[in-house]
Amino acid sequence: MAFDFKVNGKAARSDAPPSTPLLWVIREELKLSGTKFGCGTGLCGACMVHIDGKRAFSCQTQVSQVAGKAVTTIEGLSPDSSHPVQKAWLAERVPQCGYCQSGQIMSAADLLAHNPKPNRSQIVEHMSTNICRCGSYPRIVRAIERAAKEA
Amino acid sequence: MTIQIGNADISRRGFMIGAAGFTFAVASRLPLGGAAAAGKDTLLSPWVTISIDDMVAIMSPAAEMGQGSLTSLPLILAEELDADWSKVRVVVAPPNDELYKNPAFGYMYTAGSNAVTAYFKDLRRFGAQVRKVLLANAARHWAVPVGELTTEPNVVVHGKSGRRLTYGEIAAFAEVPAKAPDVAEGELKKTDQFRLIGKDVMRVELPQKVNGSAQYSIDVQVPGMLYGAVLRAPVEGAAPDAIDYGNHPIVSALSSKPAITGVVATVWLASGVLVRFVQLPYGVGVIADTPWVAFAAKDALKVTWTRTGKAWGFNSEKGLNDFAAAARDMSRPAKLWAKEGDAVAALQNAATVVESEYRNDLVYHAQMEPLNAVASVSPAGDACELWCGVQSKTIAVTVAADALKISPDKITYHDMLMGGGFGRRGHRDEEYVHDAVVLSNAVKKPVKMMWTREDDVHNGRFNPLSVHFLRAGFDASGKLIAYHHRKATDEVTAFQDPVRFGRQNGRDVIAFVGIDAPYYAIPNRLAEAVPQSSGLRTSSLRGISHLTNIFAIESFMDELARKRGVDPAVFRRDLVKTNPRALNIIDRVAHMADWGRKRDGSALGFTYMNYSGTQIALVAEAAVDRKTGVVRVPNVWTALDPGIAVQPDNIVAQTESSIVYGLGFALWERITVDDGAAQESNFYDYHVPRLNEVPQMFIEVVSTDNHPTGVGQMATPLVAPAIANALAELTGVRLRETPMSPDRVKQALG
Repeated sequence: MAFDFKVNGKAARSDAPPSTPLLWVIREELKLSGTKFGCGTGLCGACMVHIDGKRAFSCQTQVSQVAGKAVTTIEGLSPDSSHPVQKAWLAERVPQCGYCQSGQIMSAADLLAHNPKPNRSQIVEHMSTNICRCGSYPRIVRAIERAAKEA
Repeated sequence: MTIQIGNADISRRGFMIGAAGFTFAVASRLPLGGAAAAGKDTLLSPWVTISIDDMVAIMSPAAEMGQGSLTSLPLILAEELDADWSKVRVVVAPPNDELYKNPAFGYMYTAGSNAVTAYFKDLRRFGAQVRKVLLANAARHWAVPVGELTTEPNVVVHGKSGRRLTYGEIAAFAEVPAKAPDVAEGELKKTDQFRLIGKDVMRVELPQKVNGSAQYSIDVQVPGMLYGAVLRAPVEGAAPDAIDYGNHPIVSALSSKPAITGVVATVWLASGVLVRFVQLPYGVGVIADTPWVAFAAKDALKVTWTRTGKAWGFNSEKGLNDFAAAARDMSRPAKLWAKEGDAVAALQNAATVVESEYRNDLVYHAQMEPLNAVASVSPAGDACELWCGVQSKTIAVTVAADALKISPDKITYHDMLMGGGFGRRGHRDEEYVHDAVVLSNAVKKPVKMMWTREDDVHNGRFNPLSVHFLRAGFDASGKLIAYHHRKATDEVTAFQDPVRFGRQNGRDVIAFVGIDAPYYAIPNRLAEAVPQSSGLRTSSLRGISHLTNIFAIESFMDELARKRGVDPAVFRRDLVKTNPRALNIIDRVAHMADWGRKRDGSALGFTYMNYSGTQIALVAEAAVDRKTGVVRVPNVWTALDPGIAVQPDNIVAQTESSIVYGLGFALWERITVDDGAAQESNFYDYHVPRLNEVPQMFIEVVSTDNHPTGVGQMATPLVAPAIANALAELTGVRLRETPMSPDRVKQALG
């Protein structure tokens, strides 16, 4: 059976087995490679997407679970890198290797969508779901503070 | 500013200048595709193309893994060329050691934080040569003496007449001399004339890293591509003895028995899904139409391994004790690493001798992108297209060519960004690239070969176990007169890069460099390498040998200072007193941290090192929960002098990064090995730092008018000893083993 859902506002369909991680459907069937594979166990956050407006580990979400739902990936966050989080990420020069940054940005966008003016400890708590091995953490905090101010 | 990541496409009218001299139509020397067809009026160079639309394309010879070389190297050339940075297009250099080799290594290899250091002089000269040619052409065009001309970004100016020609306008009529003009040292810009060096520019690939468009090898899509996974033997040197397809849960749903052709067993599942198993000398490959089938089929494999390979039976805890015995026992064989004066005699005659031992567990790189590569071997097996992220692209090409027994020019190489490197991606065998090539070769189709995170850990090549035995002697006046450091650790260079090991005449730089602490003025010094051979896979890792050496050396210096009742900062000051840059950095960080002020419930620890010329000092503030043994590090202060700071904000970013990496090493990161195999699997049992664990970081970059030195990993080795020193100040207890995990801290504090 096939699963119908929306990705970045467009209709999508997958006939992958029901238990297939959404991550692989997004990356290898839909060819949206911005969402990354990091651990496959919901521990690093490189695979973070939004499902019906809330962040979710796409590696821990089965494709069957998104039937009828709306998925947003980094490619759908804005058409031109104009989301306040993306702008702040560049202004603070957050990325280094960049591999985790789609997931970081999706987590940060989720935070600001639900809490437009987070304090520092709220930022730290929310963003500690995501690992950055390059240690861009101080800049992540600064970028979220900037995005909250400029949004 | 545009960036092109991929092979160079130099098809526009323009001119280029060669490293060895100006040449016409040298396209055949470069794997540039259509360049040769660009026409006889196209002058080609390995480094620079100036197009008639005034765009300047500059080759970037280093690999990008987050450290920023993709930007900083072309920027150095652009500086002397006096290029307008907004018109610069950065092009990733193709694999070609002759043209683009890292001068420090002799081949294209990005490691050791030395890209800017090693390429700096050449890039400036290449830029200055192109500028000279532009000036000469403008002088001829206007019939004025070249001495009357100056440049502004992308423009040659004749001040007397006010005439101006853009570089692009000159490119339209430029004549290129047969030989590159000489550039004397004095003709290069003075530091105060720099327009780009020392001013932060946006890293060229950063915009792609905030919208998901940055391309890593794992992102590659090739029409008709299959997916590969590999189960590698847990121990180096072991091979599959028996592969039990019958117990395979997927295969048990077979509609037919496996059809075996050569090394490939083809299996049709009842669901109509095809899986191919490929027997490899070191494991079993799996090829499927989708990654989830490939991973599931690999995870379910039951393989019995031959007990070939040395590491079988090795246990890291017991092994560390064996290493300690080798380090401590002076009668055990050692290789002389460095010697100054007579440390043995000085220790015998010393008024006071201090001895200490330090230990370090295995450390995993944990780059965020699990290792992977994409290969497409031609149907005849006589050519291969390759997509990978590696610290040495010329090695990658060689690995692919050797695997297929074809010549390197049959490999079409696509350079991809790396999702972290940290020393893991520069081994001479680049085995994950090899995996992709052999799988593709087995089916003669494009294969995206991916390791899972678990594979990445189990196939890990770790920073080795090490035990450091240090002795110091003071004379009756309290002067430090002798230093003796014996380090027992597994050999690294011989495993990681036998070619380099041979070139270095068996000197294992990756495992031992820095054990002599040559920057500390001590009249009698003996540093001895005690190489071990557990059979475990080993690797350079961020901080290289210094990572463990400096934990030992800087902890030891702290112990010595305390023993003498001397302030630890003053103690180090005294040992570097002839080096004003070192003194400045030590004083700077002491000031930043308010070093003399006692903290309530926490304490400070001091460290310093001269890391390949970069002067760096770091102070950590640490506190501990005695009940749980959990160490907290609220603040870290660092000052560093890397000579000319080419991209200051990026140096700050690299230093933040280095501190976080060092924090993981200090407090949590540990691979344990039993029966030769890594016991950890993923981020649930291998703890890397998260945002809620990192300190506030205060970093000062002191730019000085010296040749630029490394910035990519210099703070990493200082973090663990700074924390240990702070804990010694706070509790009076010395922690001597990394990681300083809660169980160990709790035990040490009693």
